[in-house]
Amino acid sequence: MRFQSLSIALTGSGGSGVMTTGSLLLEAAGRAGWYGFMARSAGPQIRGGEAAAVLRIASEPIESHDDSFDLVLAIDPGSLARFLAEIPLRSDSLIISDAEGGRRGDSLPDTPARVIDLPMKGLAKTVQAGRPNMIALGALTKVIGLPLAPMLEILEKILKSKGADALESSWNCVQEGYEAGAELPVLDGPLVNTDISADRWSLTGNEAAGLGAVRGGIRFVAGYPITPATELLEWLAGTLPKVGGVLVQAEDELASVNQIIGASFGGTPALTATSGPGLALMTESIGLSVCSEVPVVIIDVMRCGPSTGIATKSEQSDLDIALHGLHGDAPHLVLAPTSVTDCLFTTQWSVHLAESLQTAAIVLSDQSLGQSKAIVERPADVSFMARRVVPETFAGEYQRYAISESGVSPMSIPGQAGGQYTADGLEHNQAGTPSSLPEDHYSQLEKRQRKIHAFEFGQHWADLEGSGETAVITWGATTGPVREALSRLRERGENVRLIAVRLLSPERPADMAAALAGVKRLLVVEQSHSRQFHRYLRSAYDLHPAVKVFNRPGPLPFRPNEIIEQLHNWGQAD
Amino acid sequence: MTNDKIALQLQPKEYKSAVKPVWCPGCGDFGVLGALTKALAGLKIQPEDAAVISGIGCSSRMPTYLSTYGFHGVHGRALAVATGLKVARPDLTVIATGGDGDGFSIGGNHFLHTCRRNPDLTYIVMDNQVYGMTKGQASPTTEPNWERAKLTPSGTGINPFQPLAIALASGANFIARCSSSDSNGTARVLMEAIRHPGFSMVQVLSPCVTFRPEQREWKRSLIPAPEDMQRTPDPAEAARLLMTDEGVYTGILYVGDRPVYQPKLKSEIDNIATLDEEFRL
Repeated sequence: MRFQSLSIALTGSGGSGVMTTGSLLLEAAGRAGWYGFMARSAGPQIRGGEAAAVLRIASEPIESHDDSFDLVLAIDPGSLARFLAEIPLRSDSLIISDAEGGRRGDSLPDTPARVIDLPMKGLAKTVQAGRPNMIALGALTKVIGLPLAPMLEILEKILKSKGADALESSWNCVQEGYEAGAELPVLDGPLVNTDISADRWSLTGNEAAGLGAVRGGIRFVAGYPITPATELLEWLAGTLPKVGGVLVQAEDELASVNQIIGASFGGTPALTATSGPGLALMTESIGLSVCSEVPVVIIDVMRCGPSTGIATKSEQSDLDIALHGLHGDAPHLVLAPTSVTDCLFTTQWSVHLAESLQTAAIVLSDQSLGQSKAIVERPADVSFMARRVVPETFAGEYQRYAISESGVSPMSIPGQAGGQYTADGLEHNQAGTPSSLPEDHYSQLEKRQRKIHAFEFGQHWADLEGSGETAVITWGATTGPVREALSRLRERGENVRLIAVRLLSPERPADMAAALAGVKRLLVVEQSHSRQFHRYLRSAYDLHPAVKVFNRPGPLPFRPNEIIEQLHNWGQAD
Repeated sequence: MTNDKIALQLQPKEYKSAVKPVWCPGCGDFGVLGALTKALAGLKIQPEDAAVISGIGCSSRMPTYLSTYGFHGVHGRALAVATGLKVARPDLTVIATGGDGDGFSIGGNHFLHTCRRNPDLTYIVMDNQVYGMTKGQASPTTEPNWERAKLTPSGTGINPFQPLAIALASGANFIARCSSSDSNGTARVLMEAIRHPGFSMVQVLSPCVTFRPEQREWKRSLIPAPEDMQRTPDPAEAARLLMTDEGVYTGILYVGDRPVYQPKLKSEIDNIATLDEEFRL
């Protein structure tokens, strides 16, 4: 039986508490044995402006939005209009709104959906210190068939710090809303497979990346605030001191990347997190990390570009700069997580790879992964750790940049007597002395390239699933909807392969050739206006199948049925 | 790594590497190299326990000429690299070196914020009021009417940057000015600067004999500040001195006692798996 799910959007003007409401609903559903995730959509306003919490609750773990929404709860009717493009509705979708909510004269936009009025503002007034969003939470709990007990547990957990009064008024509102919800139509909830004994986690992609970093051995982080990477830095700021590490708030991104290079030169695995504008500022010094062979990890939580772009919304358009943004010939690693949970694995693996290969690793997450909260199975433990090759003894003159077969040379750590050298962004000879001789330039370029290209990355370079003569190739957050589309097709007996590339640089020609063996049609799916991923595939790989590209810029996410349509209408232009 | 080691008394020359400097004959930076090796020897800092960090420019070549650990990074970022290293490895003696262009122009923001943050670093700026490596352009400390730069043939017309006054205003914890021609005097100041907790800012006026030959006169024009004006702990007094001495006084011009920026690096939990708890539903 195909899994069941419910897609719910909560909209409100800023400060109306839709994010809190969505988060509570999601976690209570998780407590009750369901899975799900919640994406955040907001404008640039700090307060005021509209916000939407976009949830999907399901009977099994999920990574994608559905094709359309079952339920919209608009705390005030005026807030829905600006999210209509992100919230496709059907004629049997249900909108619950409050005619008395929001500003006088605001009204719901025209949609095909049914509309039901719920006087959330009025009901909230009947409760001491009541708030409409908590009325909404109670009503939603009833409408989707969620029991009240897990909701109380989650309220107690989340509102613990706000005191007994806040908890009491919220709980009273939820109960009031729950009663009012009895008058509303009941939706078929995803009430199957609810094994509440499973070890479920609730985490965002930014938290998952942070945990992956710490598990991989990162103990120094420098960062500068930037949406949508700030929460990743904030999580690390709170967590690193617990494990003997530290986060420094730097004066700018130039300082962030150079501080982590300094810490890593001192032997401490180090990382920074940023978004596109910050990555652009860092590129000169990422080249320094490559040339001086000091390992660092840079997480780019991508947003719509170029320039300031749309700071709060997702896009896969930093691929070009991550791959090609460094000046000179600067081989480095570029990786991308394929889901919220995979932010943990991919970051941890990136730390391991950067440290093993003494180079820079850029991890391309994005807003839709970083700021989405998911209810998932406990992520598996993996053993990838920072493990740098460090010399134990020094005989004769130490050669920091010795030409070795693998290209990796043992790296001494300050404090080691006999291991002194100067790490240099100037081209240098094997000892590290600056050199402008062609033979030194050539042999060091070769060494830095060899260590990355000759490394055996193994199976994790991509997620490969399914079989058949048709394949979809994608990367990053777009993997979620592609994976769901292909799983729907599989249930109908159609076999389509998935190739979700995790390791974008260096390219893996032999692995890709094996993944594409027997493929006659290849659909490229990416969230970039100029088809950056498609151009990358063309330049890095020999693509023998017939290729079709399904691309669009952010911020609208891909939906599974769109991908199925692209596959079924192969010959038609998009 | 340094706790149970016996500090060997090395000679200054043992802090020099075998690499021959690229500097022009007569460059003031030779005097600073000599002073720094004397200071490290004087403090019995073992070469493996010191790291000298720099950006780009003539004086930024310094790390290569030393037998300590060194880092020669990109233009303007020496203080950021040094801060990261010191915070992660407080056991090391970390010294940043560079010139006026590297530190006050392209690296100006890091200069302000490193003063403000106050990590336990020593920053040696070899100030020659010119970009030497790119062959003679005006720097932030160049006089406005210096007309020998092809890039600004009519002079810059811009008031020079006041590094020490700005260091004081930004929160540097130790401020000194030296003359590279006085290698022993510079060495004594550097010893104090390295020993003093927090961010120590040492401006060494170091002539560029190629593009600013007139700076050879610094040997005579720079004079020690009167004893009673040196080492003041009073920022107001130091500010008056720095704003009125026309850049000619040498010596230790301010000694502060602001708290040093050094986060503790002690683990609070035994098992990293403890972190899982916050995610468990």
